[in-house]
Amino acid sequence: MSGAPLLRMEGVACLRGGRLLFEGLDLALEPGEAALVTGPNGAGKSSLIRVAAGLLRAAAGTVERSGGGALADESLALDPKLPLARALGFWSRLDGGDPQAALAAMGLVPLAAVPVRMLSTGQRKRAALARVVAAGAPLWLLDEPANGLDADGEARLAAAIDAHRRGGGAILAASHQPLPLDGAKRVTL
Amino acid sequence: MTALLLRELRLAASGGSAVLPLVFFLLVATLFPFAVGPDAPLLARTGGGALWMAALLAALLPVDRLVEPDRTAGILDQLAVRGIGEELVAVAKLLGHWLAFGPPLMLAALPAAALMKLPGDLLARLELGLLAGTPGLAALSLIVAALTAGLRTTGALAGLLMLPLAVPILIFGAGMTGQGGAMGAAKLLAAASLLLVAIAPFAAGAAMRAVRD
Repeated sequence: MSGAPLLRMEGVACLRGGRLLFEGLDLALEPGEAALVTGPNGAGKSSLIRVAAGLLRAAAGTVERSGGGALADESLALDPKLPLARALGFWSRLDGGDPQAALAAMGLVPLAAVPVRMLSTGQRKRAALARVVAAGAPLWLLDEPANGLDADGEARLAAAIDAHRRGGGAILAASHQPLPLDGAKRVTL
Repeated sequence: MTALLLRELRLAASGGSAVLPLVFFLLVATLFPFAVGPDAPLLARTGGGALWMAALLAALLPVDRLVEPDRTAGILDQLAVRGIGEELVAVAKLLGHWLAFGPPLMLAALPAAALMKLPGDLLARLELGLLAGTPGLAALSLIVAALTAGLRTTGALAGLLMLPLAVPILIFGAGMTGQGGAMGAAKLLAAASLLLVAIAPFAAGAAMRAVRD
């Protein structure tokens, strides 16, 4: 192991709309590690994920990522008019990943030709997760990844998380639902 | 970059942001002779300016489709997570938007000029002017689209922001179709257009970054 953490946050504080959500947050994720962020609504879980992704500036502290990150939040980021496989293919051309394997991992192969806008809530969540899987990034940032998933979807999510961690990836997840993250660090906001 | 550009072109083709300005432009060119009357010399004298007005207003139409859908869908976020700079995204958008806007407008100017009874040399100057001016109009559309992304009443605000900034393009573009001094107007039109194209990636990129917070 290289020893360089995939994500290192030191003394991070987050201000949103003039309100301090959290401060003094320290977190480091080595390859294979995972962290689960919990807290009540509005505590700043999603903001923490966005800070880790580099989309929000931390009001204080440092955020370092080595290697890329892949983000799944509430927005799908797939072109609604395109068939699912082609919409995923756009990101794969940028990332160099394999959309077919990711579709198979999330059980979406039968829906590959269906336009993204026709997908149900659970299917959209699966599609967002497939986009993360296909990105091939070492750090996964998952905001409520189990929302709207059925039992089969949750099992596939668990398998994908497991495979990612065994392959040397790290996961930062925010969730109200129990996630299959064995030995995960706990971050309570 | 190629993937980004191809996506922009596909969106322009499927989202109507390429067809709508074109139809609008032709519609104005059809209506103007009705309003002014079938006086050929008068039409030829005012037609060039009217077509430039139409081109400018046509450039305003796709503003709400250039950036805002990508922002709400989270596509701008995903590009940022991948470390793709907002300026590069803006360059791809500018190129894609101009390709979907400029050349079709130049084509549409042929039947439009016929409706205005523009003589041949005037048509040539109009086409040259559009070639030089539409990149500037596309750049302006992109800047305004990025600035107004995330706001609710985009339409009216976009017009208020964009039309004053487009005055130089309109003056020199229409000036090229006027009496004499076409060369000077052409140079100034190209300069104004170039300036807008040069600042667009930075202005639009900064606006896309700012709207994320």
